[in-house]
Amino acid sequence: MTLMQHLLKGFWKENPIFVIALGLCPALAVSSSLVNAVGMGIAATFVLLGSNIIVSLMRKIVPKKIRIPIFIVIIATFVTIIDKLIAAFSPSLSASLGIFIPLIVVNCVILGRAESFASKNGPMDSIMDALGMGAGFTIALIMIAFFRELLGEGKLFGYAIPFFNSDPALIMIMAPGGFIVFGLLIALKRHMEAKGDAR
Amino acid sequence: MTGGLISIFIVAVFIENFVLNQILGICPFIGVSNKLDSAVGMGFAVTFVMVMAGVVTWGIQTFILVPLGLEYLQTISFILVIASLVQFVEMVVRKTAPALYQALGVFLPLITTNCAVLGAALLNIKKGYGLVEAAVNSLGAGIGFFFALILMAGIRERLDTAEVPSAMKGAPITFVTAGLLATAFMGFSGLV
Repeated sequence: MTLMQHLLKGFWKENPIFVIALGLCPALAVSSSLVNAVGMGIAATFVLLGSNIIVSLMRKIVPKKIRIPIFIVIIATFVTIIDKLIAAFSPSLSASLGIFIPLIVVNCVILGRAESFASKNGPMDSIMDALGMGAGFTIALIMIAFFRELLGEGKLFGYAIPFFNSDPALIMIMAPGGFIVFGLLIALKRHMEAKGDAR
Repeated sequence: MTGGLISIFIVAVFIENFVLNQILGICPFIGVSNKLDSAVGMGFAVTFVMVMAGVVTWGIQTFILVPLGLEYLQTISFILVIASLVQFVEMVVRKTAPALYQALGVFLPLITTNCAVLGAALLNIKKGYGLVEAAVNSLGAGIGFFFALILMAGIRERLDTAEVPSAMKGAPITFVTAGLLATAFMGFSGLV
């Protein structure tokens, strides 16, 4: 695969959230508003990029048997860095994402890419893979958050949208709304693919 | 004191249910809830590790990280503790209770990446709980997870025989069902 393909596959075809269904907890928990979704997407992409580069550079010296603990420590280091950066530069985002920033450590997308891609490929390919997967994760979060914020608060990025803000369905920004919007979005993606195959 | 502990427990199990209200531990919730007996196994394993991890991480935070001013190492040390704890539990269970190991075996390694376990440990610290409260909160979180998993498994066994539109089959209908279950759990808010 070329570098471009490594970058683009994460956007839609191998989208980590919708297709591989990894990293669902943050996707559902912080997607109640677009600001949170973008913040989470950037934080996860940063961690993914950092861990993919380091794992890929170290792939020949890491003993196979203890690779998972090593990957987790590398990931946890980058999570701590981004946690402190967000807390310093955007305290309000840090407050609204709460424990979901430290929980990026156990986001399976990141460990999954370290294990299945970066530990087998060179740094250049791994950077592209990280950017693509990070973008795909962010795109998925934005899609979920778009519907939840619009229907649940009648707003987009905090700006009121006429018609929708007259009587918003509060449940959409709570936990049940996350599950339902996500379920319907995967169904939509499958439906579109089934139609594409039939043609 | 006892009243406080009971209310922490009830809040953790029902009102702030980890899966259905706080959206933690979704991967195992969706992955393991397709059969009732594996759901029971996973539920037990998670509850057990959660309580152990809650107590140990509380000790680490209080006796090591805070006195030495190393709070920024929280994430990294907690995840290492949980990972080694899971390994340790796996070894102990394999030696002492082979039958239990047979039942839980496959689920144990998965627990490391269950964000509910790390989430419970972090929330204990964030809420400023003491040791007993932390243990009770972790136990409640584990039982809440167990509860949600079993409910979901029961529903999904019924769902297998239902007629579902082809695009909605599998994951989509499971998420919509989870959403309805979460709506039902919202009825518990106001209990305490």
